Amino acid sequence: MSLDFKYGFDDFFRDETYCDDFTYRNSPAAIRRFPFPFDRDDYMYSVNMEPHVAGRKGSVFEHTFDVDEHYLSEMRDRARVLASDPLRCQSLPHMTLAGWDLLELIMETKAREYPQWFSLAKDGNRWHWINRPLGIDQKFTFLDESTLPYGPMEYISRQTQGDFTLQDEREGTLWVDAGMVTTQADWSLDFNIGMNFHEWHAPVPLAHEKGIFDRALKFLMKLQQGSPVRRYNWTMTVNPLLDTAPETYPDWGHMRTALTPKNMGHMMHLRVELQTLYRLPRSNAICFDIRAYLGKFEELVTVPKWGRRLHRVVRDLHPDLAAYKGFLRNRDEMTQWLSQYDDGQPTSPGWWPED
Amino acid sequence: MISRPVYGVLEPRPGAVHLIVADGEGAKAVADLVSKDPSILHKSHILYTAGPNGTDQWDSINALGAKQAQKAASIPTLLFRLARVLQDAPMGAQVYLTGTEGLMGQAERDVMALGFPHADIQKEHRGSTMRRVQCVHCKGITENVKTDPFPCSHCGLHLFVRDHYSRRLAAFQGVNIDAEEKGHIPPAVERFK
Repeated sequence: MSLDFKYGFDDFFRDETYCDDFTYRNSPAAIRRFPFPFDRDDYMYSVNMEPHVAGRKGSVFEHTFDVDEHYLSEMRDRARVLASDPLRCQSLPHMTLAGWDLLELIMETKAREYPQWFSLAKDGNRWHWINRPLGIDQKFTFLDESTLPYGPMEYISRQTQGDFTLQDEREGTLWVDAGMVTTQADWSLDFNIGMNFHEWHAPVPLAHEKGIFDRALKFLMKLQQGSPVRRYNWTMTVNPLLDTAPETYPDWGHMRTALTPKNMGHMMHLRVELQTLYRLPRSNAICFDIRAYLGKFEELVTVPKWGRRLHRVVRDLHPDLAAYKGFLRNRDEMTQWLSQYDDGQPTSPGWWPED
Repeated sequence: MISRPVYGVLEPRPGAVHLIVADGEGAKAVADLVSKDPSILHKSHILYTAGPNGTDQWDSINALGAKQAQKAASIPTLLFRLARVLQDAPMGAQVYLTGTEGLMGQAERDVMALGFPHADIQKEHRGSTMRRVQCVHCKGITENVKTDPFPCSHCGLHLFVRDHYSRRLAAFQGVNIDAEEKGHIPPAVERFK
């Protein structure tokens, strides 16, 4: 039993790469729906969580799990990363039930929200899953691992954009005890697995002192099934690399030194993480979905409001944050390039292209 | 640093048995522990090995008169015996770890694997501050790291020690320091002794 994809690339699902020749780009429609994360002209940490409810039609908030034009290429990139490093997907033995919870959540939701692409039929615990874009037709027994080619978390997350971690709740905190992590901003699942909430956030500057993590943990411990929440996080990535793992840093770190004023618009990407959190029903675990969106600077500045705002945020960011996000080295050049798109006009509140 | 374990001072607690694991200068902490309540000795099992800096105070451990005591040749050989001893540890066993971070971290990992909550394991740091570091790239562990940066003993990449500690691995994280500009390696500074 294996999970062989038959990629259905077409007019919507783009055939593109996140390594080597880096053919990834956003269509004009994808630029318009890009989740631009700055609702004002400056940035500092906050516990910026809100209910994960259906949002504006066409936006990344329209559906629970956004499936976009990059879906198939992203899944192909995940398979490539896992083939080179299987440690990117791990689950401690007590987390299998949470994996089934996740599989159920994703299959039920996608079949309901995207019936043209996914379907799920149930006869008791005998389930039939169809994923048309990836060419999958799988009959299996829910809660019986022997009927799937991978454990439940790995099976479903190989077919779903976004990294996933599953947190067990005990001793008054959350423990990152399972995960599928191939599109991360420089953190290692293999190193962090088994850590509690404060431990895995240890390297983040400034936020501990501001009490961000104490408050975020309190908030998350009260998370209820059926009421997911979301927030944004962001960083900068040179080249459209989904996989910026510490494991492979010697392979991609040098790309940061290749930026010039000429290639800035094409090579530098705003990397936005749409993070959503779900309480899972049987395991009482918390699912953390970290969905990465990459937008080229040259794409983002086609929206005048975003060009003005991105310039101001990058220019004024606290240097500790620029260092943690890995772009202190290039910040001056980035600011210089972006300044062409900032005419000093005021920007409207909120993150939508124009309001 | 938030992910780094917090070390205290060993205090005798009532217990069915007292399992004491120490290396190097930890021998003095064991003596201090026992002096607070000598009655724990007849229920104590002490595992000891010399420290990474060569400090060997086995004679003072041996002279305490514990019910059982063993000198192991190294931390790995100590951990073999610890694994067997833990199989017989009853409810109400007390666990005391003292000496270097590497010894305490590995012993804590093995004790936790049997279901002891880490908060119930007492730890007191003594002696060397050299670190046990996992290379995030090749996953190899380099013992007794003194300098920052240092060469990974497995893949040879030059690593800086990130202030990030994994209890599961009993190791700090080492990350390539010249990934962005190959060959730009700052001089090694002795940070851990």
